[in-house]
Amino acid sequence: MKSGKFWAWLTFGLGAAYFIVPLLATLEFAMRMRRGTYSFDAFAVVFGDPRFQQTFGYSVTAAIFTILLGVLIVVPTAYWIRLRMPHIRPIIEFITLLPLVIPAIVIVFGYIRMYGSNSALPFLGSTRGTDALLVIGYTVLALPYMYRAVDTGLRTIDVRTLTEAAQILGAGWVTIIGRIILPNVLIAVLSGAFLTFAIVIGEFTLASLLNRPAFGPYLQNIGANRAYEPAALAVITFAITWGCMSVIQMLARFAPKSANRPN
Amino acid sequence: MATDITSIEPGAVVRSGCPAPKPRASRMPTQWFGVAPFFLFAILFLIAPTAYLIVGAFQTPAGGFTLANVAELWQPTIRAAYWISIKISLASALLGAFIGLALAIAIVRGGLPAWVRGATLTFSGVASNFAGIPLAFAFLATLGRLGLATILLRDVFGFNLYAAGFNILSFSGLTLTYLYFQIPLMVVIITPAIDGLKKEWGEAAATLGATQWQYWRMVVIPVLWPSFLGTVILLFANAFGAIATAYALTGSSLNIVPILLYAQIRGDVLHNPHLGYAIAFGMIFITGMANVFYIWFRTRSERWLK
Repeated sequence: MKSGKFWAWLTFGLGAAYFIVPLLATLEFAMRMRRGTYSFDAFAVVFGDPRFQQTFGYSVTAAIFTILLGVLIVVPTAYWIRLRMPHIRPIIEFITLLPLVIPAIVIVFGYIRMYGSNSALPFLGSTRGTDALLVIGYTVLALPYMYRAVDTGLRTIDVRTLTEAAQILGAGWVTIIGRIILPNVLIAVLSGAFLTFAIVIGEFTLASLLNRPAFGPYLQNIGANRAYEPAALAVITFAITWGCMSVIQMLARFAPKSANRPN
Repeated sequence: MATDITSIEPGAVVRSGCPAPKPRASRMPTQWFGVAPFFLFAILFLIAPTAYLIVGAFQTPAGGFTLANVAELWQPTIRAAYWISIKISLASALLGAFIGLALAIAIVRGGLPAWVRGATLTFSGVASNFAGIPLAFAFLATLGRLGLATILLRDVFGFNLYAAGFNILSFSGLTLTYLYFQIPLMVVIITPAIDGLKKEWGEAAATLGATQWQYWRMVVIPVLWPSFLGTVILLFANAFGAIATAYALTGSSLNIVPILLYAQIRGDVLHNPHLGYAIAFGMIFITGMANVFYIWFRTRSERWLK
């Protein structure tokens, strides 16, 4: 037992070193900008760059629309599957897992060929259309995470009883989903939302190939042209990811663990 | 009249005699309305675009059927790109899986304090999502020519990493970088599976006189095997499709498949649009085959577990 504990500490220590050293190194590198002394100059340069503000704002907007579209598609579907069509759950789960198998670059390649300005659905014919296609693509990428989060949330409430009670009181489907189911799984939806945010914010492939001025292509551009700013940006991005994950963990503490009557 | 009855199917007679199926027949479509938006979305923006590329891979520019595009994947540059992609994905998936498993076992079973487990899982959640371009920046700042680790190794330990043949812009460098999100992903997925190993199983095995090794070989490994294998496949696909990290790290100097496809989409560098479709098809084929293997292994191991 004693030696087991030693090996456990050793494994943990080596792992921790591998994961912490790059973070420290990145921070140290970012602070080397002013010669001979450590400073936060690189961060100041980054935050003062108007392109940083524009692209970051663009990606935040894209992330918000992605979350809205994801909720709009996933919540009613997952609800309906639980309520009425549990037999097709395997099909839905299979489809929601496909984005983990089909690389993002392949999906966006398909978009470029299918939705060009001469096609039946000319998304790429206009800037707004391309923005919409980018949001749609992000929704597809986030689908596995969003679906799983919402489905886990639905498992903890008694969907059938809530629906029947609402129907007896005269509620329609929109009211049931919007005012009864959604508030009940809000915590699950929010954790899916923050994960989506973390995925979307620095995404490069889709934004770059659809030629949108998002944060990911900006990062790539800075990386190719500057020395210290990329390290500062890496630190900032890591902090954002950390923030998103912390929120998810905090939300998990408020989430109900199980239903009174699980179906 | 008797001749009429023989010409009617048996099912039809039953149906006319029983009114119950009628409402079900009318409920059937409304039930599907509930999932129609999802299917429409999935078909339009996931399945159709993928199918379009797969079909295009087997078409001539004029639209006829051909195997020439797929056959052209065997030309040396493209074959080399696939090979290095597969090597990096496989190496980072296997290393990530085994190291992640070791870490997960250490934090669940190693008798470490509770905060170690909490901190590891939180950090893994963050690091598994810390991929793409910022990760490349972090590793350039660590193991690049002016990176902290490179300098410390040189100045403190007198070991020149780059003189020893290491390069961050290479197979080993990229694999080492990918491990930064592969290991945490393994930890996140496999920890619940290790939690699922019941204490009673270990006690039962010990009661029956099993050694620690027999307990592992006959209980733990068969139970963990499907989720372990599934995660390896997921890690493989994860690395195989990743482009941002490699692109930011190496520019286009490292010839891996996603970067080749990226260049092809941007500027038709292969001078044949349908060859681009074939490369995309090849990527789906490889990740798809990996999943077929997984399902096959899993059904085998489940049969074994029964």
